[in-house]
Amino acid sequence: MTRKLNLRIWRGDSTDGGLKDVVVDVNEGEVVLDVIHRVQATQMGDLAVRWNCKAGKCGSCSMEINGKPRLACMTQVASFDEGETITVTPLRAFPIIKDLVTDVSFNYKKAMEVPAYSHPAELGPGEARMEQVDVERSQEFRKCIECFLCQNTCHVIRDHEENKKSFAGPRFFIRIAELDMHPLDRIKNRKRTAQEEHGLGMCNITKCCTEVCPEHIKITDNAIIPMKERVVDIKYDPARMFSGQLRREKRD
Amino acid sequence: MSQNLQKLKYDVVIVGAGGAGLRAAVEAREAGLRVAIICKSLFGKAHTVMAEGGAAASMGNANSNDNWMVHFRDTMRGGKFLNHYRMAELHAKESPDRIWELEMWGALFDRTKEGKISQRNFGGHEYPRLAHVGDRTGLELIRTMQQKIVALQQQDGRDHGDMEANLKVYAEFTVTDILKENGKVAGVYGYWRENGDEILFEAPAVVIATGGVGKAFKITSNSWEGTGDGHALALKAGANLKDMEFLQFHPTGMVWPPSVRGILVTESVRGEGGVLTNNKGERFMFNYIPDVFKDKYATTEEEADRWYTDQDNNRRPPELLPRDEVARAINSEVKAGRGTEHGGVFLDVSKRLSAEVIKKRLPSMWHQFYELAGVDITKEPMEVGPTCHYVMGGVDVEPDTAAAIGVPGLFAAGEVAGGMHGSNRLGGNSLSDLLVFGRRAGAAAADYAKANGANPVSDATVTQAAQRIQAPFENAGGENAYSLHAELQEVTHNLVGIIRTGAEIKEAIAKIADIRARSKNVSVAGDRKFNPGFHLAFDLDNMLLVAESTAKSADLREESRGGHTRDDFPGMSSTWRQVNHISSFDGTKVTVTARPLPPMPKELFDLFDVHELEKYMTPEEIAKGGSN
Repeated sequence: MTRKLNLRIWRGDSTDGGLKDVVVDVNEGEVVLDVIHRVQATQMGDLAVRWNCKAGKCGSCSMEINGKPRLACMTQVASFDEGETITVTPLRAFPIIKDLVTDVSFNYKKAMEVPAYSHPAELGPGEARMEQVDVERSQEFRKCIECFLCQNTCHVIRDHEENKKSFAGPRFFIRIAELDMHPLDRIKNRKRTAQEEHGLGMCNITKCCTEVCPEHIKITDNAIIPMKERVVDIKYDPARMFSGQLRREKRD
Repeated sequence: MSQNLQKLKYDVVIVGAGGAGLRAAVEAREAGLRVAIICKSLFGKAHTVMAEGGAAASMGNANSNDNWMVHFRDTMRGGKFLNHYRMAELHAKESPDRIWELEMWGALFDRTKEGKISQRNFGGHEYPRLAHVGDRTGLELIRTMQQKIVALQQQDGRDHGDMEANLKVYAEFTVTDILKENGKVAGVYGYWRENGDEILFEAPAVVIATGGVGKAFKITSNSWEGTGDGHALALKAGANLKDMEFLQFHPTGMVWPPSVRGILVTESVRGEGGVLTNNKGERFMFNYIPDVFKDKYATTEEEADRWYTDQDNNRRPPELLPRDEVARAINSEVKAGRGTEHGGVFLDVSKRLSAEVIKKRLPSMWHQFYELAGVDITKEPMEVGPTCHYVMGGVDVEPDTAAAIGVPGLFAAGEVAGGMHGSNRLGGNSLSDLLVFGRRAGAAAADYAKANGANPVSDATVTQAAQRIQAPFENAGGENAYSLHAELQEVTHNLVGIIRTGAEIKEAIAKIADIRARSKNVSVAGDRKFNPGFHLAFDLDNMLLVAESTAKSADLREESRGGHTRDDFPGMSSTWRQVNHISSFDGTKVTVTARPLPPMPKELFDLFDVHELEKYMTPEEIAKGGSN
């Protein structure tokens, strides 16, 4: 069953742009990415949009759909009222390249700032032993598909370019939490560096990141809050302050 | 030549940032060389992320009877003995080390009760063998290696003050040519997708790790990147492709709604106990156990059900036959009118596992069906059908080094390389393949670069490469690339798809030639700035070359084997098993010739029961008993 859909697409680049209205066919069961592809194939051959897997597994087709950060491949057209105009715009927190494509290099720079996993030297190939229950905590965060919707929606950087320098963002807080909770990682000061170098303290836990996560990772509750609590314990522990151990913090 | 032409020099250039490319990059960098990684997408988005089930490696964590010899046998059986024995041997021997290595780089696989890496059952594998992370194993591999790349960059930052001094990722970059000088690889040429600016990478060694070709077909589990770029680049550079007639149609892709048709439903659903039924409620796979597998699969539902709890005393359920068998069976059921409303069959896991267990073991399947099809797989069956998933054929390589035969300095690993999987790949062998041969390709490319040094690219070569990029803009009023792509997909789907006949294949060859002729006149709207129409013009050229190679190879092979089923030649033939099909390209057309398959040496031959080999080999081969 085919019907007509009114689609409004932001077109332009870093210098200029605006919303363009198109009418496009839509079939039963289609997602927003399907209709964008149809526009591309039939009306706007040079319409720029990122996508890869079209199955919610790669996190490429992130955009704002009626103002909400979403994956276009996982957003059913049928989830909107029939007759409603669907408006698609690029992610707002990142510089525009063209149309629906933004420059997300900020995230790759931040990824390079998080110290890598460090394996215990004494454990050779196949010698590691970990309990399922212990790996599951980090596994939740390793589900992340790097769609950067959490980064895009986080108000610390969404409208505050000046904060980007000192703020890694939710995606990298879960990366740090994942390493911090990794049963074997040898680096012991991850919570402290999260606070001091990656801007954990700037997060005021409004949970916007958790709400937009397509993998339903509990970013705030399971990663950010536990790290913040432990940072408080470490930094304001009177015994440690008294014994001057603040700078020599060991794991937990 | 573009005015903005940037020239970069590296020791090794890796084309493709999926599992094989990243593993190759790690190896080449650790050999002390300067390495560039080039990918069409953003870093970390490669199609490897979609691999669900796991990576096969005979670690023996779930069943201590497992070892490399059992894995080798399973791989050869799955490939119907058309595999290059040496690749299958190296793969079976080295997979466990490659998995453990990932763990040392931070990967977190699911665990056994003893705290070891858990291993799950999969089609064609005698023992539970797949290391996995729920049903998102590919993502774990990519992320682990992506983070390993960052770890190496951080080390370079400490040593040299520049994290990207010796290892840099060039994301959203299209390679249009592999450049050669004096008969050897000299570098690659291409353009930034963001702005169309061109770059010349000069490097004596190039590793192709570009993955598959699925986008040349209409119904596929592949992402947009699977356009056979590496296959085509290698052909154009003078390498050969091997056995391109063998395409794996994964038995279980989604069939409804139409917009998700083809998206993969992991084999783990069957590994975890999912059963296939037709519209009469029959578990039809019992009717499709081929003779060569008769003694290894259960013949009654009772025995099949018992196998899930007692594998030592029962045979496997036929749902876990190799993928080619299951795909053909589903196809036959649907053709016989026993399919579902939307042209698939039912796959049901809800009756065997609790909702809680399903959501834990198959989380992304639950999510995928719930969000995209409105189906709750903890309560109701899925509708599934075959989808083009994997190409067994690929670049003809030396097994030990992954060197492309005939082109010094060129290497290929992962799906783009041929030979490892024979006529049909077992599930789980792809992720281990890309680790084993990605590492080997990276090491051999590094050795080659060290031994040979730079091979400078001439201006004439650059000018030629640059002209190719500009061409689509100069064809005003020509063909629409999107329409030609859709036409090609119809032809491949209808005429060289899961079931083939000689007449249809010949029709496909003619139609592909026609589309190819018209594609020379593709015109592009807009400019070079992030222009998908422009990008598709190059992808289309690659897919057409791959399709031509597939159709011509399929035309020659007059038997049915693995991922090549001929309605007019339904049987498997021992004499055809002795032949590989080699595609070469003369600049105008693809030519396919037959080449004898190298025979297994005695020590591998002797790993099999001779009665099993009799099902595949000629009496002369059996009498000989191996090549030495």
